[in-house]
Amino acid sequence: MTIAWNKYPIGEFYDEIISSPGRARKPAQKLLSYLKSLDKGDIASRKLAAEATIREMGVSFTVYTEEGNIDRAWPFDIIPRVIAKKQWDTTSAGLAQRLTALNMFIDDLYHEQRIIKDGVIPEFVLKQSANYRKECEGISPAFGVWAHICGTDLVRHTDGQFYVLEDNLRVPSGVSYMLENRSIMKRVLPEVFEVIDIAPVGDYTSRLFDTLVSLSPRKVKKPVVVVLTPGIFNSAYFEHAFLAQQMGAELVEGSDLVVQEDNVVYMKTISGLERVDVIYRRIDDLFLDPEVFKKDSVVGVPGLMRAWRAGNVAMANAPGAGVADDKVIYAFVPEVIRYYLDEDPLIPNVETFLCYDDVQRDHVLKNLDKLVVKPANESGGYGMLIGPHSTKKEREKFAELIKANPRNYIAQPTLALSTAPTLVGNDLAEPRHLDLRPFILQARDTYVTTGGLTRVAMKKGSLVVNSSQGGGSKDTWIVDTEGDRR
Amino acid sequence: MLSKVAERVYWTARYLERIESTARIISIYDKLLFDLPRDVSLSWYNLIMINSLEKDFDERYSVRDERNVVKFLLGDESNPSSMLSSLKAIRENIRTTRDVVLEETWELTNELNLYVQDHLQQGINRSKRHEFLDNIIKGCQQILGLLYGNMPHDAAWDFLRLGRNLERADMTTRNLDAGMAAILQLEDDDAAVNSHQIIWGNVLRSLNADLSYRRCMRSSVKGDAVVEYLLANEAFPRSIEHCIEALIDSCTHLPNSKTLVTYLRKEKQSLFDAVDYEELGPQLRECLNQLQIMLADFHSHISETWFPKIQ
Repeated sequence: MTIAWNKYPIGEFYDEIISSPGRARKPAQKLLSYLKSLDKGDIASRKLAAEATIREMGVSFTVYTEEGNIDRAWPFDIIPRVIAKKQWDTTSAGLAQRLTALNMFIDDLYHEQRIIKDGVIPEFVLKQSANYRKECEGISPAFGVWAHICGTDLVRHTDGQFYVLEDNLRVPSGVSYMLENRSIMKRVLPEVFEVIDIAPVGDYTSRLFDTLVSLSPRKVKKPVVVVLTPGIFNSAYFEHAFLAQQMGAELVEGSDLVVQEDNVVYMKTISGLERVDVIYRRIDDLFLDPEVFKKDSVVGVPGLMRAWRAGNVAMANAPGAGVADDKVIYAFVPEVIRYYLDEDPLIPNVETFLCYDDVQRDHVLKNLDKLVVKPANESGGYGMLIGPHSTKKEREKFAELIKANPRNYIAQPTLALSTAPTLVGNDLAEPRHLDLRPFILQARDTYVTTGGLTRVAMKKGSLVVNSSQGGGSKDTWIVDTEGDRR
Repeated sequence: MLSKVAERVYWTARYLERIESTARIISIYDKLLFDLPRDVSLSWYNLIMINSLEKDFDERYSVRDERNVVKFLLGDESNPSSMLSSLKAIRENIRTTRDVVLEETWELTNELNLYVQDHLQQGINRSKRHEFLDNIIKGCQQILGLLYGNMPHDAAWDFLRLGRNLERADMTTRNLDAGMAAILQLEDDDAAVNSHQIIWGNVLRSLNADLSYRRCMRSSVKGDAVVEYLLANEAFPRSIEHCIEALIDSCTHLPNSKTLVTYLRKEKQSLFDAVDYEELGPQLRECLNQLQIMLADFHSHISETWFPKIQ
C-alpha cells in the first residue's frame, strides 16, 4: 500500500508540495510521482536507513535538561521541501540586498550614525539596544563588513510569498545540518537525484573558508584560521567541529588561545605559540573577552578585544554586529535598505508592531490573544507569547512586561506558516508547518546558500520549529524546471 | 598542531589499544583455565591484577568471580579503564579532533560504540562472549587500518603512534609479568612442565604472538625464549624493543624532542643490560617493574614537552 496522496489534507495554509488533492506543484511533480511509487515497506526501510545514517554519522545536537546534557540524534523527515529555482533566485538576491544594507547600517552606527542624525531611526532605540557595544565605536573592519555570516529566517505565507521573520547576525547555527541533510538524502533516496535537477549545496564550507581568509589582517599566503567554540557542552558543538573539519581550520577553545603584550593572538601548539589571523567565533559577544565584557567568562580569551581593536586579528562576526539583530531594529530594515541602497526591499518583513509607540502598543495590548509577542533581544524562540495558544494569566503577565519595558517588546500577527507533507508512521503523510533558514556570507563578495535549512514543527498544528523545542528538519531542494533534462 | 588536539589524538590511540588488548586477554583467558590442571588455582581475578586494578575492583565487588571480573573490565562505567569507558573516551576525543583525524574515523567509532552498547550483555554472559569480543577486536582493527592506510604522516600521526606504542609496551610488560607470577605460583612437580607451556603459550596468544614466535624462534614454547622474543625481537610489533624504537622514531619527527630521545635510548640500554634470560623469576619481575616505571615516566615527559598547561 502506498500513501493515499489524494486524501492528503491541505489546510488553509500554503503547502510547499501539494497544490490540490493528489496533485503536486510544478517543481515537486517528479518528487511526488517518485513518492507514489514507494509502498509502505519501501518507506519503512528508507526511514530506517535515514535513522541509521544519522546515528552513524553522529549527527546530533545537545539538549540541556535537569539531568544533564543529552546528545540527541538529529530529527529528520525524508520527504524533502521543494522550491522552484526561479523563485529562489529572486529570494537569494533579496537576502544579499538585505545583508549589504545591514552591514552598511552597522558600520554607520559605530561611526557617524548618519541614519540617526537623518531621523530615520530614533536615537533612543539605539541607546537602549542590549547588543550595541560602545567598545566597538570607531573600529573599521575589513570591507566595512561586520556581519560576515548571517542566518536569516524566512517564512512563506498563505500568498506563497517569502517574508523575513528575523535576521540572525550574531552566531547563527544550522548550516552543518543543511549539509548533512543533503548527505543523508543522497544515501537514502539516491535514485531521485538521477531524475531531478537538484541544485547542490556542498560548496558552502569552501565559500566560508574563502570569506574568512579574505579577512586576514596579515597578508600572508596561508593565514591561520580558527573556529572558536565554547566547548563540547554547547548545543551547536557538533556544528563547530563539522565546520572546522570541513574547512581544515583548527577548532579551538578559549583555553587554547592567548593574547600577549604585543596585542597578538596566539594558539598553543606542540612547537610553542603560533599566531592566529582569523577567528570564526561561535561565542556570544559578552563571553568573548573577560577583560572587557563578562569578567567571569571562562570560555573567552582575555585580551581578545585588544588584539581585534589593534587590527591584529579578524573576528567573524565582528563584535557588536548583533546590534542589528534587535527585533525593534528589524522593524526598520525596509527603511534601512531604502536609506543606504536607495532600493525597495526584494523580500518584505512580517508586519511588526513596536510597543514603544503609544498607538501601536495600545493595539498590541488590545489584541494579545491574536498576536505573537517577542522580546527584542532573545533568540531560539525563548520568552515569547503566542497569543492564540496562551492562557489569560500568561497574557496578563505579558501585558505587565510590555508596560514595564515597552522598548523591549514587539508583536507580530500569528503567522500562517506554510506546510509540507511529513511522514507520520510509514503510510501516512500529514501537513506540518515549516520555515527556512538560508545562510549568507559577506566580505568582499556575497554568497547565498542554495536553499537553506528547512526546520519543521513535528507536532501537529505546532508553529515551533526550534530543535531545542521538538522541531525537526527536511532536506531543501532548489529545483530547476525550466531546462528540464529528462 | 594544537597541543590539546595532539593530546587527544595520543589518548585516542592509547584507549584504542587498551580496548583491543582487553578484548584479547579476556577471550584467551577461558581457554587457559580449561587447559590447566585442576589443582592449579589461577583465577579470573588475575586479570584484575595484570591491570593493577585491585583497589578499584575491590571497592565495587566482594566476589572475585568470572562474572564480576568480566563485567568490571567490559561494561562498568565507573571503572575508567573498562572497555565501555575507553570507548566513550575515544568518542569524545574523536569528536573533539574531527578536524585532524579522518572523517570515517568518526563514523566507525560511532558504529563500534553502538555495537558495544547494544551487545554488552552478550560479552558478559559466556555463551556468546567470543563472538562479541571478536567483533570488538575487528572494530578496533578497522579503525586502525583506516588510519594506517589513509592518514597523512604528519604530527597527528606521530602522536597516534606514540600513544599506541606506549600502551602496547605497557600491555606487553603486564602480560609477561602475569605469566611470570603464575609460573611462580606453581608447585614444582611433574605437571609443572606442562603447565609452564600452557601459561607461556597463553602469554603469547594474548599478544597475538604465538605463530610468529614459532616461526622466528624455531623453538617449543619455553619461558626464556618467550621472554626474549617479547622483550628483544626487533620485528614483532608488540615487543618492547620494537615499541621503544617506534617511540624514538616518532619523537624524532616532533619538535623539541632531543631530551626524550636520549632518555629512551638510555633506559632501553639499561633494561637490556639488566635482564638475564637464564635467570627468570623474581629478577625478571623486578626488570618488568622498572620498565613500567620508565613508561609512566616517559608519559610524563610527553605531557610536559607537548601538552604543557601554560597560561
